[in-house]
Amino acid sequence: MADSKIKVKTINEKVRSRHRFKLSDYLIIFVCILITLVCVLPLINLLAKSLSGSDYLVKGEVYLIPKGFTTFAYKTVLSDKKYIWAFWWTVILTVVGTLLSLFMTACCAYPLIYPKLKGRGVFNIIITITMFFNAGTIPNYLLMKSIGFLDNPLSLIIPSCLSVFNMIIMRSFFYQIPDSLREAAEIDGAGFIRILTTIYLPLSKPVIATLALFYAVGRWNGYSDALMYIKESKYYPLQLLLYNVINNINNVEVSTQEGFSTPGLSNSLKAAIVMFTTIPILCVYPWLQKYFIHSVMVGAVKE
Amino acid sequence: MAAASKKKKKKEKIEKRPFSKEEAIRYLKRYWQLYLLLLLPMVYFLIFKYVPMVYIQIAFKKYSLVQNVWKMPWADNHGFQYFIQAFHDRDFWFALRNTVVLNLLDLIIGFPIPIFFAIMLNELRLPRFKKVVQTIAYMPHFLSWVIVASIALQLFTPSTGLVNVLIQKMGGQSIPFLNDPKHWVFTYILVGIWQSFGWNSIIYLAAIAGINNELYEAAEVDGAGRWAKIWHITLPGIRSTIVVLLIMNLGNIIGSSFDRPFAFQNNTVMSWANVLSTYVYTNGIKGLKFSLTTAIGLFQSVVGVIFLLISNRVARKFGERGIW
Repeated sequence: MADSKIKVKTINEKVRSRHRFKLSDYLIIFVCILITLVCVLPLINLLAKSLSGSDYLVKGEVYLIPKGFTTFAYKTVLSDKKYIWAFWWTVILTVVGTLLSLFMTACCAYPLIYPKLKGRGVFNIIITITMFFNAGTIPNYLLMKSIGFLDNPLSLIIPSCLSVFNMIIMRSFFYQIPDSLREAAEIDGAGFIRILTTIYLPLSKPVIATLALFYAVGRWNGYSDALMYIKESKYYPLQLLLYNVINNINNVEVSTQEGFSTPGLSNSLKAAIVMFTTIPILCVYPWLQKYFIHSVMVGAVKE
Repeated sequence: MAAASKKKKKKEKIEKRPFSKEEAIRYLKRYWQLYLLLLLPMVYFLIFKYVPMVYIQIAFKKYSLVQNVWKMPWADNHGFQYFIQAFHDRDFWFALRNTVVLNLLDLIIGFPIPIFFAIMLNELRLPRFKKVVQTIAYMPHFLSWVIVASIALQLFTPSTGLVNVLIQKMGGQSIPFLNDPKHWVFTYILVGIWQSFGWNSIIYLAAIAGINNELYEAAEVDGAGRWAKIWHITLPGIRSTIVVLLIMNLGNIIGSSFDRPFAFQNNTVMSWANVLSTYVYTNGIKGLKFSLTTAIGLFQSVVGVIFLLISNRVARKFGERGIW
């Protein structure tokens, strides 16, 4: 009786000591606030610039709150067919690319979890080598050239459609699904493809969501493949267009419209384009956070 | 075509095994769907990862537009002409130096930060706030390098960039963050860390979450303070993760991504900003020196593999698990 009382007391004390904030706790909170500010303030500054009048920008007076509020830059961006086309084109590339990537990743990861699969070791070696040895930029370029992928939108989808790293994440997730489930289905006479579509895929929604995010972000943010393989500007994804605008390549826009010659306005225009390109991803990723943290965990622990 | 022959090969392979034909047929009847699923991924690896390796030989050959790769004539000096040429090229040495220096700085300054951040987050006792901090810290990872570079440009331009405006307001001189090579290196590293530290901390957070909670409780009973617990439990608990990532990073010390340096480059800083990947792009795809740049790419891949093997071996010598 007395014993248990003492125990209860110590637990209470422990709980209390956990909730007592020390100086170091406040220090940690302070540093965390600083870090979040460092992460967020540059974007807020950009947002403010994109909404500010040119006079204030030239004088360098815009910090975190827009001055001389105007949505002119956004109106310019949104009324320019080039940006709208690049936006939708990138959306198409991202959606098609992500779907294809998920399909390929599942096709690659699923058979490899069967220990009885003959040749599994060979397949694993074939895959692992590509992780550590890359032929290089020019051989890849020459391959694209020889199979007619230059200036071909397929070169923005197919060469990057399967990532070994992502495949490993999915495979690790599949490994976690108890064998008994698929064995029961096998006894019932289900084929392997059916087991994949009726058992594994429905149970793998978190990892599918994560990989969809990874692939989609990769496609949305990538520009080097387009830079190397695509010359026709109608196939440019948004990021490459953005790169050209920011670096004043082809001097798009800056001189074509009245008033665009002042650097301040073109700065706010650039800021607006950056926001326009970024906002879609910033709207999506927080919702998937719990999934991708979990999946990275699985991949990290298992491999 | 390639697909069909591949499948045939697979069949042959199975038949070679020491079991009878009937067994093999029974096996295939049962497992053919798995091979069917693997078909497309394997064709993908074959075409997009292994066929390019055929083109590596042009590093040793005189490239010509009209000829088949196999029929191109060998380069001088027993085929090593282009390697010799590369090693006599001043720009190549600069690119090599810049690649290594930038990667080393990234490693020395950037590698520990996600570890500190993960440990700190783990010590943060406000779960709601912790989640918000995490979400915000992951955000820069989702920005493309083009966007990160343009944000840097907006922040650091001499006259109108926010940072320089603030410096001038405080009575300082404006600093050419992106227009002077030495400053550029500094800015490049810092902005890179800004982009990736939050994301890179996930893996450490995962490792920390895998540490047995009883260890902490036992330490608490023994009167261990926060620092003692970090030093004796958390750090040893994530040591193998740290080692694996360190090996991967060391293996990549001569490798270079393209997106990041290319987005940050400008004409005033090329002496320190030109790395191997951008060198290969400008001289190869733009300058059409295919043999030379393939040789450089091969050099880069081979050195990368060697570094990876060495660092893995060293890690195993020290009793760590390594990456294989």
